[in-house]
Amino acid sequence: MKTVTFTIDGKIVRADKGQTILKAAEAAGIYIPRLCACKDLVPHGSCRVCSVRVNGRIQASCVQTAAEGAIVESETDELREYRRNIIDMLFVEGNHFCMFCEKSGFCELQALAYRFGITAPKYRLLYPKRDIDLSHPEVYLDHNRCILCGRCVRASQDLDRKNVFQFVERGCRKRLQVNGEALSDTDLRAADQAVSACPVGALMRKRVGYAVPVGRRPYDEVPIGRDIEKKGEE
Amino acid sequence: MKRALAKITGEICKKFGNDPTRMMDIAMAVQERFGCVSPEAMDEIARAVNSHRVEVESLVTFYGFLSVKPQGKVVIRLCRDIIDWMKGYESVADAMSRELGVSMGETTPDGAITLTHAPCIGMSDQAPAALVNEVVVTHLTPERGRQLVRDLRRHLDPQQLVTMVGDGNNDHPLVRSMVRNNIRMRGPVHFADFEPGSGLRRALTLKPMDVIREIKESRLRGRGGAGFPAGLKWEMAANAPGGKRYVICNADEGEPGTFKDRVLLTECTGQLLEGMAIAGYAVGSDTGIIYLRGEYRYLLPYLESVIEERLRRGFLGRDILGKKGFRFDVRVQMGAGAYICGEETALISSCEGLPGVPKNRPPFPPQQGYLGCPTIVNNVETLCCVSRILLEGAAWFASMGSPRTTGTKVLSICGDCRKPGVYEVPFGISARELIEMSEAENTGTMLIGGPCRQMIGSERFGGRICYDDLATGGAILIFNRARNKLEIAEHYLDFFIEESCGHCTPCRVGLILLKKAVHKVIEGAGEPSDLAEMRDLSNFIIRMSRCGLGQAAPNPVLGALEIFGDLSAGFVAERKPGLLPEFDLSKAVIDAEMRVGRQSKIV
Repeated sequence: MKTVTFTIDGKIVRADKGQTILKAAEAAGIYIPRLCACKDLVPHGSCRVCSVRVNGRIQASCVQTAAEGAIVESETDELREYRRNIIDMLFVEGNHFCMFCEKSGFCELQALAYRFGITAPKYRLLYPKRDIDLSHPEVYLDHNRCILCGRCVRASQDLDRKNVFQFVERGCRKRLQVNGEALSDTDLRAADQAVSACPVGALMRKRVGYAVPVGRRPYDEVPIGRDIEKKGEE
Repeated sequence: MKRALAKITGEICKKFGNDPTRMMDIAMAVQERFGCVSPEAMDEIARAVNSHRVEVESLVTFYGFLSVKPQGKVVIRLCRDIIDWMKGYESVADAMSRELGVSMGETTPDGAITLTHAPCIGMSDQAPAALVNEVVVTHLTPERGRQLVRDLRRHLDPQQLVTMVGDGNNDHPLVRSMVRNNIRMRGPVHFADFEPGSGLRRALTLKPMDVIREIKESRLRGRGGAGFPAGLKWEMAANAPGGKRYVICNADEGEPGTFKDRVLLTECTGQLLEGMAIAGYAVGSDTGIIYLRGEYRYLLPYLESVIEERLRRGFLGRDILGKKGFRFDVRVQMGAGAYICGEETALISSCEGLPGVPKNRPPFPPQQGYLGCPTIVNNVETLCCVSRILLEGAAWFASMGSPRTTGTKVLSICGDCRKPGVYEVPFGISARELIEMSEAENTGTMLIGGPCRQMIGSERFGGRICYDDLATGGAILIFNRARNKLEIAEHYLDFFIEESCGHCTPCRVGLILLKKAVHKVIEGAGEPSDLAEMRDLSNFIIRMSRCGLGQAAPNPVLGALEIFGDLSAGFVAERKPGLLPEFDLSKAVIDAEMRVGRQSKIV
């Protein structure tokens, strides 16, 4: 397989031809923050957290393929601020109450907020009115926490081969919808990859909340992305 | 009833080959028959085309003209663009709403008439205007609005509202529209005589690669606004690996204030179809699609008749003009009310029977576009230019315009001017000349290229219309000095918020936050830091959004800020510490006061 060589923040990185910048960076032990990108799923390019400058232009690294000789900037003040803005925006767009959310400590949105040092969002909260779908015996869907990353949509289609989810409406009214009137109409199962693909507390298994004590949850001690960075240090 | 719905929906799906990529046509046909695409109909469609109900729902809820909930037999969509607003939208809306006895967005209790609004319907030169089903009514006044409602109640037949027809082909039996062309200046590319087949005949004497070379030599750039060199796009598509190729004409002009493609589609239809066939020959495509915006549905029968006629005359179909093996067919794909579909990858999504969500790039459409095949998407005007270039030659075309932007441009000028309409002018003309031509007075601000481009004040009226200075897809909106620039910016933010596909965070959320900041300043509660926040947010949205919509939406705000100077004094002030300036305590306690039945003591 052909390879290309490029740089990220001055560090030389090799990538397979056609590989995305995000994946090539990951293989080289460089963590580029991301939310909608997820292992085994086709890139979505929607959250824009993984934006980098490629030869001066801002691109989402999850969809942009690495090109020979490209100069990629990732950890700049500008991009750090912009990524932080996105995390802030996702917080104010929904209703996120980390203090009593079962996903706390496992939540990628929360973990990114910690990594970026966000203690309170800088934008005014929008307080949308959203529903919770409790109709399913094993899983519930809390739209208040949904960040429209589309991970469940893709996991359900491509990994579970089911098509339980899709987006409906557009613009600020865009929301996740299930294939039917409610979640109980669908063939979703608790073990489906769609459920585990959710980075936040929107799609949750019932009756298993708070199973891990505070302090021993994945992001309590180690910031998100540390696993990737560790590879780079070895 | 339920069985009838299942049967008819099934027949509609069958008519489109139970093909999920034709879901747009299926959904529109179902809506036309039943007034909406109900959940039951969505189930039926999903079953017939072997898809999922949520996929159908995703499509139906995305487009403005499709509806899950029942609508009236007649739907009145009053255009709510800022130009209509300036020409009396509010009083017309009020008059019609009173006459109907329903508010905006509602249907009369007998299920006959729905009153709603639409963003720019491409009639800014004859505003206020409305769509009554697909029939266009123009120059509305409160009295005419009331009369329109009374007439509709009597016959429920929108076509009967047309008592006077417009000029040119608006008078054609298949159009019969009251729309007027308002062609104020005829240039040599679009409005000179064009002998059908003449450009195509010349093209077929050349090798396909020489046709591309001719277009490259003419230095024709995309007329939709982005200005991508057309020849280069064609070359990419011609060289891309793959068998089947497509030529798509973008007839989805949705930029507020633009209507020039409406006139080209009405008057230069043959020249357009000829340009598509030439493009097909050049890139090796046998299929063309015209993506026609839903607002221009009234032109569909005419457009299809011209396609038929050209088939008969050998300008389309098999062995075109006797050239063995060269085949090119064209179909029209109707849009259904989504501005974002003017973006070429969103347009392709829509043609594929999907919501109009832009695609990730790369790959670019000339590499992998419609159904994964190499595809060129060109604007109506670009394709009309192509026919003329093949007829008159690249050198002739390149001799017009400014050095780096060749040819002419068709502009739609509207707003505070005496002569709104369509002007074909050479590139390089100054904004000031446009003001004079359209007989505008006391001009304070112009939106060059519509809200997605730039707002300029008088200090830039010397600027020239071309891709290196004042770039435009054709929209020129003129505002006099009395108009509030920030209010214009806010109006268009509302528009972009409504029309965003919602896919990426910066555009979906950022625009709402930006609107809040702008609104706060307009309300007189602004602080100096708000201006900085507006600037920061605008730059963030422009740089981080995925497609051209988000990358352009804050432009009116930035433009207004740049020419804000004299205005800022009254709107922005340092505040004393205390409550948030935008927080109105007395307003906030009204609800509570109502409940307890007395006035609050804290206010």
